[in-house]
Amino acid sequence: MNAEKIYDLLQKPFKPWLVGRDFEAIDPWIEISLEGLPEIARFLRDQDELAFDLLNCITAVDYFEPDAKKAEKVDWQPHLELLYHLTSLRRKHRLVLKAKLPRWKDGRPGELPEAPSLADVWRTADWHEREVFDLAGVRFTGHPDMRRILCPEDWEGHPLRKDYQMPTEYHGIQVK
Amino acid sequence: MQAERVQPDTVEFDVRTDEMLINMGPQHPSTHGVLRVVLRTDGEVVSSVVPHIGYLHRSAEKIAEKLTVRQYLPFTDRLDYLSGMNMNLGWALTVEKLLGHRVSGKTRHLRVIIAELNRIASHLVAAGCMGLDLGSFTPYMWTFREREKILNLFEEICGARLTFSYLLPGGVKEGPPEGWLGRCEAFLDQFEPVIDDLHALLTNNAVFIKRSASVGTLPPETAINYGCTGPVLRASGVDWDIRRDGEPIYTEMYDGYTWRVIAPVGGRYPDDHPYPPIPREAAVGDSWHRFFVRMLEVVQSMGLIRQAIEKYAAAEGELDKPIEIRKKLPAAGAYLETEAPKGQMGFMIIGDGSAIPWRARIRSSSFCHVSVLPELCRGVLIADMPTIIASMDIVLGEIDR
Repeated sequence: MNAEKIYDLLQKPFKPWLVGRDFEAIDPWIEISLEGLPEIARFLRDQDELAFDLLNCITAVDYFEPDAKKAEKVDWQPHLELLYHLTSLRRKHRLVLKAKLPRWKDGRPGELPEAPSLADVWRTADWHEREVFDLAGVRFTGHPDMRRILCPEDWEGHPLRKDYQMPTEYHGIQVK
Repeated sequence: MQAERVQPDTVEFDVRTDEMLINMGPQHPSTHGVLRVVLRTDGEVVSSVVPHIGYLHRSAEKIAEKLTVRQYLPFTDRLDYLSGMNMNLGWALTVEKLLGHRVSGKTRHLRVIIAELNRIASHLVAAGCMGLDLGSFTPYMWTFREREKILNLFEEICGARLTFSYLLPGGVKEGPPEGWLGRCEAFLDQFEPVIDDLHALLTNNAVFIKRSASVGTLPPETAINYGCTGPVLRASGVDWDIRRDGEPIYTEMYDGYTWRVIAPVGGRYPDDHPYPPIPREAAVGDSWHRFFVRMLEVVQSMGLIRQAIEKYAAAEGELDKPIEIRKKLPAAGAYLETEAPKGQMGFMIIGDGSAIPWRARIRSSSFCHVSVLPELCRGVLIADMPTIIASMDIVLGEIDR
């Protein structure tokens, strides 16, 4: 089933949550609003014709240009984007789900934005969300074990943010 | 009245020791790198497992935001360092997918030869190390002896033995030297009988079967739910291999080849190989099957290489040249998974119109295979931990990135 047909199936129950789409893209994607994510994910997994049983990957992309000169030229407002790559082993089709969220919660720098966890829909999400939290700084609500996974637990900052500043030392060890 | 006889296992159960936390790794030899696992044990029985990763984290994704896609290629060698060629291929194909670039048939056949050779090398390490973890040293030496010959072939073709950087986006650096294909075939001819030796040493070895059969059984639903792929998923009886089921840009590499996905669907392997018998004790999805699937894939890869050598020799035209170093990327994203020896290796590149990716993502199969350990190791014996970890065939280079 191609992304267009999947979109049609989603339209009926979730119309207000579908906010964007691109079927011509290299990997066709559907953009949804964050609040509908768990329900849509469950629908995609459980519907017999969709049967998305495998979550391949969760990616967070930081859209922020630290260089003020370059920032004038970009055609987006600063935001974060979550990408969910899904596959159905049974139906042999693929889909990309997108969801946008602010870089900081309520616009307060340092306060991590929140997204609903999918760890109880696909277990793969457990560790992938921990990685997104660790490296890109998104807090997943309802996650069973929200802590860093690759960096040490007392590491500061989230390295895949575009404005991340590498610390000069860590516990007395020169790192830069 | 006759006293009720006390069963030995009841006595055993009554003698309870205190719960203990045991730290395994990160320098433990059977954790295959720098994996650290904390076991909560009750006597010899493991009640819970918490894996800790990140000891080999090198910011691979952040580095990709500083380099052009061709400059980044050597970094992919260092992800799964036991199959550098497959990592190169995954990255190269993702770049090609993003650029809408297609390579010629000749290049594709060469890529099949290289990728499958590296798959054999990686599976040999997996088989040998699993034997080693279970206490037999001979298979380790024998598999490494054969792997050495593959590394010699690779050294001849690109000068490196581990970090190849050979399969570049758009093509290859240069074709194989004079007589290389012949030496490739000679290796296969010489290697074929060795597989029977390995089966005799491990597959049908009574001790090996006792230590691995029905240990760490992974049901197919759990495997899919945790994102397990590759031989681990197939050993659970799921008929899925993205060399057949993947995206066209990848599967077209294998167009025209005769091969079948190796998975014990319904407890039976496809019957076109002279397999050693499956032991009675083994259950689909256990450590023995994970080992066995890899051994069969070695034979399958040999068949693919033989076909590829024939097709390569018959193909017309020249090998493709790689894209230029500072090739501009479109403002779009592309995600592609390829079938690496350890499982599905995914790369994503998001371009912004410049030569340097805005964001790169690496999806590692071993990452998912470690995340399933807590599920898999609940209630096993401490002595079974190395078996299960070895049968997952993880590489920390690609987990920690």
